[in-house]
Amino acid sequence: MTVPIKGSYVQKEQAVVEGIDVSGHWNRMFQQRSIFEYTPEQIEAIAAIPGAESFAYCYQCGKCTGVCPVDIVGDYGPRKLYREVQTGVDLFSSPDLWLCTTCMNCLRVCPKAVDLIKIMPAVREVAINQGKFVPSELQKALENTARYGNPLGENPRKRADWIKEAGVPVSIMAQLKRPVDVLWYVSSYTSYHPRGKDAARAMARVFTALGVDWAILGNEERDDADSMRLAGEKGLFEMLAEQNIATFNKYSFRKLVVSGPHELNAFKRFYPAYGGTYPVEHYTQFLRPHLPRLRDLLRKPLNLRVTFHDPCYLGRHHGEYEAPRELLAAIPGVELVEMGRCRQNGYCCGGGGGGMWLDSFARDHLKLRLSDRRVIEAVETGAEVLAVCCPFEVSRFEDSVKATGNEGKLIVRDIIELLDDSMHG
Amino acid sequence: MAGVMVLAEHLNGVLADLSFELAGKGRAMADALAEPLDVAVLGAPTLASEFGVADRVIAVTNTTLEVYSPTAYRAALAQLIREYQPRLVLVGNTSIGMDLAAAVSAELSLPLVSYCTGLRIDDGQIVATAQLYGGKVLVDALPATDHCIVAVLAGSFPADAGRRPGQPSIERRELAGVTSGGIRFRRLIQPEAGDVDITRQDILVSVGRGIQSQENLEGVEELARALGGELCASRPIVDNGWLPKSRQVGKSGLTVRPRLYLAVGVSGAPEHLEGMRGAECIIAVNSDPSAPIFEVADYGVVADLFEIVPALTDRLKQ
Amino acid sequence: MDVLVVLRQVPDLVEDLELNAAGTDLERDSLKYVLNEFDDWALEQALLLKEKNGALVTVLAPDLPEADTSLYTALAKGADRAAKVSGDFVLTRSSHALADILAPAIRVLPHDVVLTGVQSAEDLDGQLAVLLGSYLGYPAVSVVTDVAVDGSSLIVRKEFAGGLCAEYEVALPCVLGIQAAVRTPRYAPVSRVRAVSKEKKIEVLSAGGIRESDLRIVAFRKPEGGRRADMITGDPDSVAQQIVAILRQRGLLKRSSE
Repeated sequence: MTVPIKGSYVQKEQAVVEGIDVSGHWNRMFQQRSIFEYTPEQIEAIAAIPGAESFAYCYQCGKCTGVCPVDIVGDYGPRKLYREVQTGVDLFSSPDLWLCTTCMNCLRVCPKAVDLIKIMPAVREVAINQGKFVPSELQKALENTARYGNPLGENPRKRADWIKEAGVPVSIMAQLKRPVDVLWYVSSYTSYHPRGKDAARAMARVFTALGVDWAILGNEERDDADSMRLAGEKGLFEMLAEQNIATFNKYSFRKLVVSGPHELNAFKRFYPAYGGTYPVEHYTQFLRPHLPRLRDLLRKPLNLRVTFHDPCYLGRHHGEYEAPRELLAAIPGVELVEMGRCRQNGYCCGGGGGGMWLDSFARDHLKLRLSDRRVIEAVETGAEVLAVCCPFEVSRFEDSVKATGNEGKLIVRDIIELLDDSMHG
Repeated sequence: MAGVMVLAEHLNGVLADLSFELAGKGRAMADALAEPLDVAVLGAPTLASEFGVADRVIAVTNTTLEVYSPTAYRAALAQLIREYQPRLVLVGNTSIGMDLAAAVSAELSLPLVSYCTGLRIDDGQIVATAQLYGGKVLVDALPATDHCIVAVLAGSFPADAGRRPGQPSIERRELAGVTSGGIRFRRLIQPEAGDVDITRQDILVSVGRGIQSQENLEGVEELARALGGELCASRPIVDNGWLPKSRQVGKSGLTVRPRLYLAVGVSGAPEHLEGMRGAECIIAVNSDPSAPIFEVADYGVVADLFEIVPALTDRLKQ
Repeated sequence: MDVLVVLRQVPDLVEDLELNAAGTDLERDSLKYVLNEFDDWALEQALLLKEKNGALVTVLAPDLPEADTSLYTALAKGADRAAKVSGDFVLTRSSHALADILAPAIRVLPHDVVLTGVQSAEDLDGQLAVLLGSYLGYPAVSVVTDVAVDGSSLIVRKEFAGGLCAEYEVALPCVLGIQAAVRTPRYAPVSRVRAVSKEKKIEVLSAGGIRESDLRIVAFRKPEGGRRADMITGDPDSVAQQIVAILRQRGLLKRSSE
């Protein structure tokens, strides 16, 4: 049975496609019918921003919605953003502009490579430059970073104060005045936050026990500002990159080892364009080849059931899923259990893309914070320890443990703390 | 040139406690200098009799002073100083005092010390102690001439010393040229009603910048509930819109005298201390060991408030 | 309408403030300077007047450390013109000295309204806004939290203690000491500040004479003693226990154990 066709068709008299003459009924097409009233201007406005071109590629398949961590606790995802913009929402002024953490789970599954990792910073930068609404907590973090070299607003001259209680000597490059094997970039949260300092001291002790020839920049170190870049402050990122690269280039080192995945991302992917190319590894990647020696030193069995949270910027963004697990497996008495959303499908803690300074804002738009959701998932595995390896995560997850009423059921530890505990505890 | 002159401060017909604090200290300074104490009351002559502690009360009766006007008050105060030539003029370091002190200082070339928390006589000279740099530094300043004006922070001296019975001589004056000039009063705007009156609370838990974000208020609210008290805050929290103005403690907010004031993440800048140093028991939690709040607190905890607050809430619920 | 905003640099309180050897000032060499927070609110108020009433905004600063950064940031936020007063002055803790430096400069710059922060962390000798009013011969109101234009005058909200406010109609020209504005100071993206610092110029004016200070500094000192707190130490749970014990002892526990 033939279906009656509404509307008329058009046929071009002359049609040449890529040099091939397809004149004739080959090029017959139906007249475009209006299937909605919306115009494409808003979408085109976004796609016109350099870096945000892929916003227009979306064909609404919805694969992203299933994996978007924000959608699980709210109403979000690239497909939904596209649809909103299609119906006339001004993304530049919308709160939705600030909910994406750039975790990359959407890009991982998108058949059209709609790249929010590039789209978000591009659109946010335009929004900030146009003086649109910027959540106040984020604004404070940006201003602090610009002025003090760290988002916490701490005194830059106290960045290396943590070394006083490290328990082992810590060398500062400027005073050491010789090349080193490993320049360890400590990072802002690791230097200033009380729980970050715990990890810093643990790292210092583990490096020393392994006989690594290492040093830090100390007070010359500035934030990598990768999350600020993703929050739309490319100028701030560039300013700090220039400073950090000038500092790095003063010294001679074989490897740059970082505490966290965000600085890994900055130094590996972006610094080369600004004149700073260094062999850089996340500390778990750096320690993996040291495993044989490590195993000898890991004496105390911890007797803990541990679940590991894949940081988005180490896992999905840089493909490293095994190194942290290998380290954890090497610790005597550690039983590793996996959460359902692990490895490539890991669930974001909510700290990336500027999210670290958007909790107070996101609170009005989400049912639950991402880190709260993740903690609930961790507790469900029966684990006693949630192991992490990103400086943003310890404070987020510890706060969420309290917020979800799981105090006493779950503790949060950086992998380096667990290693240190087994070595020296 | 003689005597100490105190400017009484009143708004809406009510004398501020500060007026008595100044009067009490004025009395002490006048006695130390062996000179008389005048209290100037502008635009509210019925309040003159409150100042038994003074030797003389100068009640300026101009109707243009009935409602506070910066220009009219300046003109009146300047005239009084020119005429009575006091050695020391005390005003409050308040919204009113800030309008007047610097202007009078400029007009009459009077040395001025602001943010004063202490006054003494050294070798016959007046030395004023001011609190600057967020309360982190004290400065002792000596006026280079024989006469000066000092703006005093509220709460620096006891109000009781100013509330003494007595029969001061009351001089009623109508001054010339006291007009509102280019500043015309239109109306008073009362603070938003319907919220808690923190000045009547026995137990207050106060948050400062250390709370970092609005969502963290919830945890402290819970603590306040567990204590049976109410939440209040320092200026930055209210400026951010995280709590209403009616919850603000400090110079530009309310003065409170609860039985318990638990300050969480409050550094203790002088403007805040002004509003709460009279509390019976002050407990402060701050991660900075040099936070000025520890100077006025009875008990202090140098720790991360995000650890102490939930721990304390838990303990209280047990 | 022309709005002129005075921006001051003050020592950054994030630093440990050390005293000089003689104990008569801060150890200035080790200080970092930052824009006075209230001046930032004054700038925001000026920019609001620009947005709402088409005012032209000029920012003026005495040439103190890092003043250029504050001026360029102000331009990046939307100010139309920036100027600084340079001269043979090292530091100006004194508001009277600042007023001496600034008043002549203000007279030659366009202004119907002069805004500056209500106070600063170191204005020992009084508030700059009010002093400028006196030196310039303009009416001045301080502790202002809102400004609106009404024909050829301003409607200004002044704040007293306890949230009580009063509204005044102020004739132009005038000086206002700003405490707050209806919105928090806006953000200036780093790239815009850097671009502005390359593209725009800060006009330089010469400072005139500064009167000698009429205050002698006897001493700068750190607060000590007084009612110093009894410190409670230990892990969070132990601290909580100790606090509860103190409260019980003082009869401050409102609820009996559930």
